[in-house]
Amino acid sequence: MIYLSIIGHLMIALGSVFLFLGALGLFRLPDVYSRMQAGTKATTLGALSLIIGVGLIQPEFFSKTLIIAIFIAISNPISSHALARGSHKAGIKPFSKTGFDAYAKMKETLEEEL
Amino acid sequence: MSRFIFTWGILILIWIGFTGTLNSMELLMGTAISFVIAIYAHRTFTHKGLGFFSPKSVAYIVKYLLVFLVELVKSNIDVALRVLNPKMPINPEIVEFKTSLTSEMGRLILANTITLTPGTLTVDVIDDTYYIHWLNSETTNPEKAAQAIAGKFEPILKEIFE
Repeated sequence: MIYLSIIGHLMIALGSVFLFLGALGLFRLPDVYSRMQAGTKATTLGALSLIIGVGLIQPEFFSKTLIIAIFIAISNPISSHALARGSHKAGIKPFSKTGFDAYAKMKETLEEEL
Repeated sequence: MSRFIFTWGILILIWIGFTGTLNSMELLMGTAISFVIAIYAHRTFTHKGLGFFSPKSVAYIVKYLLVFLVELVKSNIDVALRVLNPKMPINPEIVEFKTSLTSEMGRLILANTITLTPGTLTVDVIDDTYYIHWLNSETTNPEKAAQAIAGKFEPILKEIFE
């Protein structure tokens, strides 16, 4: 039991570190899309390990935390996908050194065909 | 029918997970409520029904989860290192590639997986073409991008959903 509790506390600490790095990424990266990357990846792993850590410390909650973790793993990428698509449709240009943007190109060709 | 039983079973499992007891009254209530929900939800909840639990499919699901967890941790460390590096070694580009998956569910899972793996974010999926924001783009060639982004997951998803 004591080992489960130690692993749980370690997972909570690790989750906090990843959540902090996610916040730092939001602050440092240059544009909406890159920030979304930090926002989704770091918060998914951070929240997952934090919630599972709580489940390990309180074993009677474990089944509930597992279901919540699965739900976060499924829903988090979908919300970030919706935000990224919405930003592109709203005309926010991605920061890019080379300027390559296949999605904008595809939209231009579609408009030309119309 | 197989789809109905699959939905019902999953819902009962979720009920047991949330209540956290095997008390007979709780189980009876959960079974009844799951039954009613499953009547309405089984058409949209699953396409394959119990076929999902064939030994081959389960083996590939376990393999997929293992590959996915490793990639999730790798992607977090990768993005964290880029954020912490004072020089910010990023080269963001939006690239496109085509998938060979045909099922809707497989494409959805692939798009979600791509979002959660190293430095890539799905911007849009139109039919079989994925538009991916790549934090540190190595190539703009669609075939090479497909190999680099989805190469690990596509074969496994193909076995599960097709």
